[in-house]
Amino acid sequence: MSFSDRLKRVFSKENALTLALWAGPLLFLAVFFYYPLAAIFTTSFSELNWAKVQPTQITRPLSFTLLQATLSTLLTLLAGLPAAYVFARYEFKGKRLLQALITLPFIMPTVVAAAGFNALLGPRGWVNLGLMGLFNLENPPIVFLNTLWAILLAHVFYNTTIVIRLVGSAWQGIDVRLEQAAATLGADPWQTFRAITWPLLRPAVLAAALLVFIFDFTSFGVVLILGGPQFATLEVDIYTQAMTMLNLPLAGLLSIVQMICMLVLTLLHNRLGGGSFVALSSRMRQAAARWPRTLRQKLLVGGVVIFLLTLMISPLAALAARSFTRLEAGRGERGAVMPGLTLTYYMELFQNRRGSLFYVPPVQALGNSMLFAAGTAALALPLGFLASYALRRKTRLNRWLDALLMLPLGTSAVTLGLGFVLVFNRPPLDLHTFAFNLSLAHSLVALPFVVRTLLPALSSIPTSLRQSAAVLGAGPLRAWLLVELPLVARAALVAGVFAFTLSLGEFGATSFLARPEQPTLPVAIYRFLSQPGALNYGQALAMSTLLMAFTTLGVFLIDKFGYKQ
Amino acid sequence: MIKKMLFMLVLAVVLAGCAAPTAAPTAAPTAEPIKAPTAVQTGPAELRVMVHDSFAVSENLVADFEKQNNAKVIFIKSGDAGMMLNKAILTKDAPLADVIYGFDNALLSRALSAGLLEPYASPLLADISEAFKMDAAQSALPVDFGDVCINYDKAYFAEKNLALPQTLDDLLKPEYKGLLVVENPAGSSPGLAFMLVTIANYGPEGYLDYWRALKANGVVIAADWETAYYTHFSGSSGKGAQPMVVSYGSSPAAEVIFASAPLKEAPTASIVTPKTCFRQVEFAGILKGTAQRALAEKFIDWMLSTPFQEDLTMQMFVYPVSSRAQLPDAFKQHAQIPAEPAALAPADISAGRDAWVEAWVEAILR
Repeated sequence: MSFSDRLKRVFSKENALTLALWAGPLLFLAVFFYYPLAAIFTTSFSELNWAKVQPTQITRPLSFTLLQATLSTLLTLLAGLPAAYVFARYEFKGKRLLQALITLPFIMPTVVAAAGFNALLGPRGWVNLGLMGLFNLENPPIVFLNTLWAILLAHVFYNTTIVIRLVGSAWQGIDVRLEQAAATLGADPWQTFRAITWPLLRPAVLAAALLVFIFDFTSFGVVLILGGPQFATLEVDIYTQAMTMLNLPLAGLLSIVQMICMLVLTLLHNRLGGGSFVALSSRMRQAAARWPRTLRQKLLVGGVVIFLLTLMISPLAALAARSFTRLEAGRGERGAVMPGLTLTYYMELFQNRRGSLFYVPPVQALGNSMLFAAGTAALALPLGFLASYALRRKTRLNRWLDALLMLPLGTSAVTLGLGFVLVFNRPPLDLHTFAFNLSLAHSLVALPFVVRTLLPALSSIPTSLRQSAAVLGAGPLRAWLLVELPLVARAALVAGVFAFTLSLGEFGATSFLARPEQPTLPVAIYRFLSQPGALNYGQALAMSTLLMAFTTLGVFLIDKFGYKQ
Repeated sequence: MIKKMLFMLVLAVVLAGCAAPTAAPTAAPTAEPIKAPTAVQTGPAELRVMVHDSFAVSENLVADFEKQNNAKVIFIKSGDAGMMLNKAILTKDAPLADVIYGFDNALLSRALSAGLLEPYASPLLADISEAFKMDAAQSALPVDFGDVCINYDKAYFAEKNLALPQTLDDLLKPEYKGLLVVENPAGSSPGLAFMLVTIANYGPEGYLDYWRALKANGVVIAADWETAYYTHFSGSSGKGAQPMVVSYGSSPAAEVIFASAPLKEAPTASIVTPKTCFRQVEFAGILKGTAQRALAEKFIDWMLSTPFQEDLTMQMFVYPVSSRAQLPDAFKQHAQIPAEPAALAPADISAGRDAWVEAWVEAILR
């Protein structure tokens, strides 16, 4: 093929339309992702000296990162898929509340989650104390902190909700009548699953696996805090090299390795069929979710609920309980203070006892968090819609653009944060004065989530539907509003929840870019934890509990409102 | 049709995006001459101050400064001291701020050799002991100090009737097996300080052997201070397992001040025996290239003045360097100052730090 032919192919009509749809998202990425990234890499590599780089400095963190991410992803799928099935196909009491509760781990700052696990599984946690009392043991039988198990368990804790949300909503969209038809034709449940359900479900499962893997791959706080410093992922090493050693060339090199892995992953994912969707009209209603009837069904639903409560809710509940408990008893002055319920920490939150400049009332921190989260959703959803419409068209160009879109997820927050500091420090955009700085950064992470959620839903709408609408006389806007939008409404809702909660819980970029007078809840929580004292610890827990309560309420309302639509 | 509409929509977005930057330069020349003089005459001058995340100050003190100098102070919190300094170095050609505060003696020579600072011989330096003035060129001015020391859980040692370790060597004894938690020197400021204590004791040749022995005696290494103190340390509210933690000499005072119910006595205390603590002196300086030199000098003077020096104890739990500042009662009662902290010259630290940390990581973590 000659060059001009190639050019013609790139600029063919089909591609032109794709590019036009891409323009918005790409412009956003170019300005807020590729430009700062290029700036930090240019600075970093100007002093790169290959002679000083030892191969093990790269291969060691890389191989550990791959190992733990693979194990974590498999375990997360193992935990999430049965739950996704139960959520899609069964009705049970408190289902909506549980669905809101399981998003909580997603937004919890790592230090807080670590405190929750410690209260449960730590050397003086409930489980160990219980076992020691039961078997009369001298030492705690379970060693949890600073082990690989802690990393894996925490990753399952954090990411199971991604599988449940993504796969659950896809599973819900599969017409049960197809499975019923297969059964009528004599297929056993396994055959039905393999021939009917799995092909329809596969894109969603692959998308979920990809996102979970990326999250585990770039994991930072969990590895550092729960795994301890003996475990180092690429992300941890990038942070150490950039911020402690001021070895920017090595940090840059590690960042590039991480990004190449991301590219390969995304391309591999598309090749495995993650991008191929079967167009089938999804059911409009949720009619197929039913109450469990047989004993087996009841056991399945009950088992999943108990599992989720144990894994995801109990560490958080332990924290919430402690935020109402006097913490003084049981340490220094044993017996001097009666243990009991208290609201001290909550009341203290509203007092600026030391007249500190950086004191922020919790309501204001909450307001800041909500504002940034709403800004993120408002930015990521429209951009995500454009990108998803573009990606629905199967062109070779799209495969690469898709990978470009996913890249921010796999980019170290430190690297990008430094890039932001380097380029956005004076007008027209000065991050130190711009009120929505965090929404910009959070949207970069939220965008791939939005796209991964919208794309399967959009792709599964058969073109015939739109065509029928047109034949029946509906204009394009009317057809979109009345036919397409309702079909993707649920996916858009899930995407919105992701964007919102991602922003609420994000800490890496936030700690880098947040303005001191406009802290988010996680930032405020960290502030309390950076000084000794029961009151500080108690207030951090109280603030975390408030964060949990408001997130649960928010997600619950969005779900409720959304499903009614 | 839908495609066309979307196309138009995208086109509109792109055009809007392109229009914004091109519009700015044409508008600027007409707008600036009108606005600029009024801003200088009436509006307060803006002073940007880069600080670490632990920085805190009383609201009214800042308000006083702003009123007296017709200024608006913008604080830029930039991570821990090391991160902040690295950010400042990275952006030194186009400085993010006019003043920087909070880098300590372990980082001092990195700041000086990067040529970040402009000298300023503040008259208030006269009230400060010579021991704190580590930069002869007076571009880094001492503001406060604190000591990184081992804190212990009083109740644990009383209950077990266990004597306190007096030296670093004592920590290798079997009775203290598994009782100490430290922070990772690669990434934590108190962790680095404690590693420097071991180097002051055993030298760059011997410190790794000490650490290997410490590791064999079950030392727990946490990623950062928050995790070490609240997750691992038994004396904190987090109910950890280790009764000894590398923290600050002022932490016991903070435990009293931030108790959830009034305490007569701190639940923790520091081990302040000779050569077991590391003194961190925190510095401030004027960033090279500032357009607010006069205001920046005023700000430095304000940091060294008695009101700020007395404020920082309760805000940041560090000690004032000014001999005129008085300590609050809680500090006098519960915080301990070691008489003989481990000593290492800033120049030696800067020459060895990165290699020491790297060797430590290889020998102890991997």
